Amino acid sequence: MLTKLTGGRIFDPEHGQNDVVRDIYIRDGRIVDAPADGKVDEEIDVRGKVVMSGAIDMHTHIGGGKVNIARTMLPEDHAESLVERTELMRSGCGHAAPSTLTTGYRYAEMGYTAGFEPAVMPVNARQAHMEMHDTPIIDKGGYAMLGSDDFLLRMMAANEDQEAINNYVAWTLTHSQAIGLKVVNPGGINAFKFNQRKLDLDENNSFYNVSPREILQRLSRAVTELGVPHPLHVHGCNLGVPGNKDTTLDTIQGIEGLPMHLTHIQFHSYGTEGDFKFSSGAAEIAESINRNKNITVDVGQILFGQTVTASGDNMRQFDGSKHAHPNKWVCMDIECDGGCGVVPFKYKDQSFVNALQWMIGLETFLMVDDPWRIFLTTDHPNGAPFTSYPHLIKLLMDKSFRNDMLSTLHPEAQNATHLASLDREYSLYDIAIMTRAGAAKLVGLADRGHLGVGAAADITVYTDHADREKMFTSPDYVFKDGNIVVKNGELVKVTWGTTHVVKPEYDKGIEKPLKEYFDKYHTMTMGNFKISDDEIVDDGRGSLTVQPLKKGGKL
Amino acid sequence: MTDNTEAHIFEDVVSPFCGIASDDLVIEVKGNTVTVKENGDAVTKPGFETPITDLSPRIKGQDVSFEQAINHIASLLKSSKQPLIGGMATDLNGARAAMAVADATRATVDSFYSDNAFKNILVLQDTGYMTTTLTEVRNRVDLLIVVGSDIEKGFPRFYERMIWPQESMFGQDIESREVIYLGKTPSGDASTSPSGKKASVLPCDTDDLPEVISVLRALVKGKSVQAETVGGIAVSELSKLAEKINAAKYSVLTWSGSEMSMEHAEASIQNLCEMIKEVNETTRCNGLMLGGKDGDTTVNAVSSWQAGYPMRTSFSRNMPDYDPYMNRGQRMLDEGEVDCLVWISSFNTQLTPPKTETPTVVLGRSGMTFEQEPEVFIPVGVPGIDHVGRTFRCDSSVSLPLKKLRDSGLPSTYDVLTAVEKAL
Repeated sequence: MLTKLTGGRIFDPEHGQNDVVRDIYIRDGRIVDAPADGKVDEEIDVRGKVVMSGAIDMHTHIGGGKVNIARTMLPEDHAESLVERTELMRSGCGHAAPSTLTTGYRYAEMGYTAGFEPAVMPVNARQAHMEMHDTPIIDKGGYAMLGSDDFLLRMMAANEDQEAINNYVAWTLTHSQAIGLKVVNPGGINAFKFNQRKLDLDENNSFYNVSPREILQRLSRAVTELGVPHPLHVHGCNLGVPGNKDTTLDTIQGIEGLPMHLTHIQFHSYGTEGDFKFSSGAAEIAESINRNKNITVDVGQILFGQTVTASGDNMRQFDGSKHAHPNKWVCMDIECDGGCGVVPFKYKDQSFVNALQWMIGLETFLMVDDPWRIFLTTDHPNGAPFTSYPHLIKLLMDKSFRNDMLSTLHPEAQNATHLASLDREYSLYDIAIMTRAGAAKLVGLADRGHLGVGAAADITVYTDHADREKMFTSPDYVFKDGNIVVKNGELVKVTWGTTHVVKPEYDKGIEKPLKEYFDKYHTMTMGNFKISDDEIVDDGRGSLTVQPLKKGGKL
Repeated sequence: MTDNTEAHIFEDVVSPFCGIASDDLVIEVKGNTVTVKENGDAVTKPGFETPITDLSPRIKGQDVSFEQAINHIASLLKSSKQPLIGGMATDLNGARAAMAVADATRATVDSFYSDNAFKNILVLQDTGYMTTTLTEVRNRVDLLIVVGSDIEKGFPRFYERMIWPQESMFGQDIESREVIYLGKTPSGDASTSPSGKKASVLPCDTDDLPEVISVLRALVKGKSVQAETVGGIAVSELSKLAEKINAAKYSVLTWSGSEMSMEHAEASIQNLCEMIKEVNETTRCNGLMLGGKDGDTTVNAVSSWQAGYPMRTSFSRNMPDYDPYMNRGQRMLDEGEVDCLVWISSFNTQLTPPKTETPTVVLGRSGMTFEQEPEVFIPVGVPGIDHVGRTFRCDSSVSLPLKKLRDSGLPSTYDVLTAVEKAL
């Protein structure tokens, strides 16, 4: 069947098309050329409508152990947002930590067609994939988390060569079925198990004598040399600590030009000035990002209200647990592989610190020049639930709305920001870059995030409403792999997306020390650690899409 | 059924029958006969070796076809005003299918093991906790405190695998590990170190544990206590224990919900968990909750991600409602609130449905016998023997793949419930 979308205003940054009127043809789930004979089976009139590819959330906690702890922990939060079963949709619930089914439906209803779980602990990857398997419509994938795992730290302490580390990284990505590599508080989660309470960039893990700086360099090199498209995804040291902007600036310098993605940069951009000893470091951080073209960031914007913070960084989460709201929290040490911390939190607009966090995030958005290197996230659910994205887009696109909001916040925080003087307003093209083309390029999705011939037909059609929150809350149409899944903001069909992975090659020789390690120290065998392709396909609903590698090789 | 009577050997087999899910079993399969050759124990041997008897579904005791049984279940569910899906002893996909049917039929879900699991879940939902996992324990523990539980009964290989390995990753002398029982005295010698060092015991009645735990928490915090004994234990002994906890580098407190049989055990577990948090202000200390056999951790996990809530969730309003008291399956049966019980028990022939007047459907392990023949019985395969599957370990961070070891032809719980959902 051939479908034609007629006369839409196309925003396709991958092809430099900024508000270009052209038709799009869809066949068998792909975007195709116009038929030679002009015959189509179905025509949809989208004249005057804004057409973008489906949005991609490159950092969203949608599956895995810590997310499920958050769900189980928050019955009172779910009870306020129950979702009835319909003929089409399963029932569900949740605001801060929604059920998997509700997550998929909501993303699709907002025009999102892919989401990537950024903290897949390799020993917990099986669970992350189970949950993502139960998340309908959207495509998904995960970044495997290394850097506090004892196997890597043992290799580094033994000063093994880079090639051995590359093999271990490739092996881990392959067998945890991941598309990228993440590091969280490099070495810090491990150090916490040895009772260290903080770990600066050049501070050594007390057992291994390895520093976060070295871990970042080794892992970023590995990703680059293996040709994994997604740069090393870094949740840096000292999250949330006043003054951590200096750590962040050092981290950018310390990577020495290698590609690196700094995630939820807002939480890492704090100074210590002012009466509250808490100030915005956004200007310095943005300036450094602008100068260092090897760096990409996502913001991790906070928005006000109740949410839950779920992180692999149990060292920092333990410290933050005194702020838990409601007062309950979990921290775990996990399997000589990592850890997690789950702390519910309420961001308050009359709190100086929270108000300033809000401002720091927006300052960062507005002061980083290149929309190809900055991405729209709330670090769902840590800064706010993903359902607040349309509101965030409005804050970026509408200066007067932004300044109206600003004027209601903690007065002294208002005095501590020059946000009101930032005139920039994001354009629709900017939004299409940061939520589509840029995100696809960053994650390494060859066939998504654009509207060229051959791309997957993941397409979102909006009415160009002056109220950008309304516009992005409720698209006219969402196509997933060519199927209309949403019409006039309502779900009309439930499909099941694919799981995107990379499969970098590795020397089988790495399995010899790994098997020894598992047999000696672990409580599961190496064979049972590996997640088979069949597990992803599972009951037949799932599928694997192996994304191409870049040209790697020794640096 | 297979005609192949040649013996096959399977290695690295995962046991779903106990919550620590050992995955190093060696198993021989000859036709439908399964024998644990290596690394078996008192829990896994009967788990794997119980023979198949029934192969045919029954309605009111009469053999029927699979389709007839499915259609009958569907018609029972369709006419039911308040179904209960109980037992819930199954694997990942069995749990998924049960949740789908519950959602479609407005049923309530509860597991046979919930009374125990909820002693921990209620703490999670009220104040939370700090916990660790089996591999961390194996490599880091220097002081193990076993609270109110004789753990080797339910977890026969816990000590061998977690406490007394050949070596730890961090150069710890394994013999330097100390094991202290608080409350129950161990029934066997599993907790004795390889060189013969026995665990020490501070015995008390289970009903005295709440008081003992409260005093221990106070002492760990450095508060002085007027009493000289509590629950028959000298406070001076508890003080020494408190000192050890504060001095340890990586202490672990473990308990099994099923053994904490006192009233409102959750309140004492909460006290323990809050104590653990306080200890972590200065040194490392963690809880380890043992439990989760027969897929119980799995079904709670699946329910949480699909519905937002663990077991004891009702779909009667066409959306999930959670109430750990009202939605307790046994309470609903006792109060006559249920008009159709679907009992899922795919691991253990002893885990039969509770005695009830309510029309009952059993998806049970082949070989199950009943005091009262259920309305419908479908013998189902065992996950990890008759079909592939996945199961979560009690520490909830690790899940493991279950192998198919024989070709018995028995349907999986997923097969049955997916067919039921289609027939609704």
